[in-house]
Amino acid sequence: MEDILLLNSIERYLEGRMLPDEKKFFEELRTSNPAIDQMVVEHKLFLHQMDEYADVKHFKESLHTIHSKLSITGEIRNSEEPEGVTGKVVQLWHRYKKVTAIAASIACITALFISALAMYFSPAANKTQLERLSRDIAEIKKSQIQTNNALKEVADTKIPKGAIVKSGGTAFLIDGKGFLVTNAHVLDGSGAIVTDKDGHEYKSKIVSIDHSKDLAVLQIVDNDYKTVKNLPYSIRRGQPDLGEELFTLGYPREEIVCGVGYLSAKTGYKGDTSSCQLSLTVSPGNSGAPVFSKNGEIIGIITTRQSQTEDVVFALKANNIYSMIDSLKSQDTSLKRLKMPSGTSLKNMDRVSQIKKAEDYVFLIKTYK
Amino acid sequence: MKGDSNEQLLLKALANNDSKAAETIYKDNFNMVLAFIINNNGTYDEARDIFQEAMITLYQKAKSESFVLTSQLKTYIYSVSRRLWLKRLQQLGKTTNGVENFDSVAVDEDIEIHERRDAELGIMHRALNSLGEPCKSLLEAFYIERKSMDEIALLFGYTNADNAKNQKYKCLMRLKKLFFSQYNIGE
Repeated sequence: MEDILLLNSIERYLEGRMLPDEKKFFEELRTSNPAIDQMVVEHKLFLHQMDEYADVKHFKESLHTIHSKLSITGEIRNSEEPEGVTGKVVQLWHRYKKVTAIAASIACITALFISALAMYFSPAANKTQLERLSRDIAEIKKSQIQTNNALKEVADTKIPKGAIVKSGGTAFLIDGKGFLVTNAHVLDGSGAIVTDKDGHEYKSKIVSIDHSKDLAVLQIVDNDYKTVKNLPYSIRRGQPDLGEELFTLGYPREEIVCGVGYLSAKTGYKGDTSSCQLSLTVSPGNSGAPVFSKNGEIIGIITTRQSQTEDVVFALKANNIYSMIDSLKSQDTSLKRLKMPSGTSLKNMDRVSQIKKAEDYVFLIKTYK
Repeated sequence: MKGDSNEQLLLKALANNDSKAAETIYKDNFNMVLAFIINNNGTYDEARDIFQEAMITLYQKAKSESFVLTSQLKTYIYSVSRRLWLKRLQQLGKTTNGVENFDSVAVDEDIEIHERRDAELGIMHRALNSLGEPCKSLLEAFYIERKSMDEIALLFGYTNADNAKNQKYKCLMRLKKLFFSQYNIGE
């Protein structure tokens, strides 16, 4: 009880609430009694600590109030995300971006692994890519060396010295005066040399190229060339028939090669009506090769094949030759004399005889730069 | 750089517990400290804690008699926050992304003072918390919420203010005992 009274007095003294007489008495007590003085000092310090504690506590509380107020009014950011609008998600993203990145990498690697497995085990089908059938340079170069060696004694090549052979394919006559047809994509160069099955080379010039149809007309401009009066085959204006038996003559190599098959669809790649689908075996170099019906009519020109599959081949329908020549004639009067073969003389012959008659007019074509 | 007179006035107001002043300083500096801490491996909550600690350091400094601000307020707050955050990172064993030195001023002394004060206040805090009820609430009502003894008597259900006063003194004696068992007067 006495302690409480003393504490009460000390507090009143420190707060300056003592009456002058009482204060004087208390101060005398302090000086005479060191224990009381010690208590006063101690309590003063304690009260100071308590004051400060209260002060900082109040200030902390006011800071919290200010923080929530300012983050509501938007005067300070209320999230880690700079604009503070889309807050939560972005904040989560910032916090977990490392984890996310790791997870994404793992997912990515797993996906790659699975697709690699799938590719490894599944048959390599469905790759509906088209492959042009012109021969590539390396192959041609190789074979050219061989032919050059073989034909050295016979005749020198007509390809100018130093010229680079760009591509090769097949071409065939549509007019005995030396007009040839081939694929536009075969003509990857400035000049072209055509070679018949006996290895005779003739210089030719490009009359017209239609890249949209992948069709080109050439003309042999060589004094060695002897005009042919009548071509044995004709070119069909009408549509080919489904299942129709067909054969083709082309130059996938230096030697003329025959391929046999049938018409498997009336339209070409992705339903293209200007071409048709054949079931035939072809190789690069067959581009531009004529497709004959069993009556010896040319019904189309080999253009592309579906890569990865051997016997899905697309041929441009022969009626495209007519339309191209017709439009050329209307533009260029010098082509007025161009005359397409009117009838086929290959009817009712067996294929061997048909080929014997037709093969003279199918040429190997090489373009150079 | 001497702090300009506007800032001196602002700090004076802060020392006098003007909440408008605290709000102004808060508004002008929080985003800067937040950006710094987030760029250095921290979170929003950590940034808020560090910034508020820096504000308390500033408040305590502003209240002290020897107070002079030797730099711009912004620089001061940035420097204190930066120092506090680096210390925190060290404690947590986290690394920093090479903390940039955005014209900071020496604040180590202020932080030392702040930390010493903080330790003292921690003693008071622990003493109060180990006091138990109703002493804790009663003393807090008197010393922190600065309620009168009449209010306290009403609030805590004492028949009159004198009863409350007696209870308060009993509690106070216990608190002092707890406090001084931790607190070294000699220091």
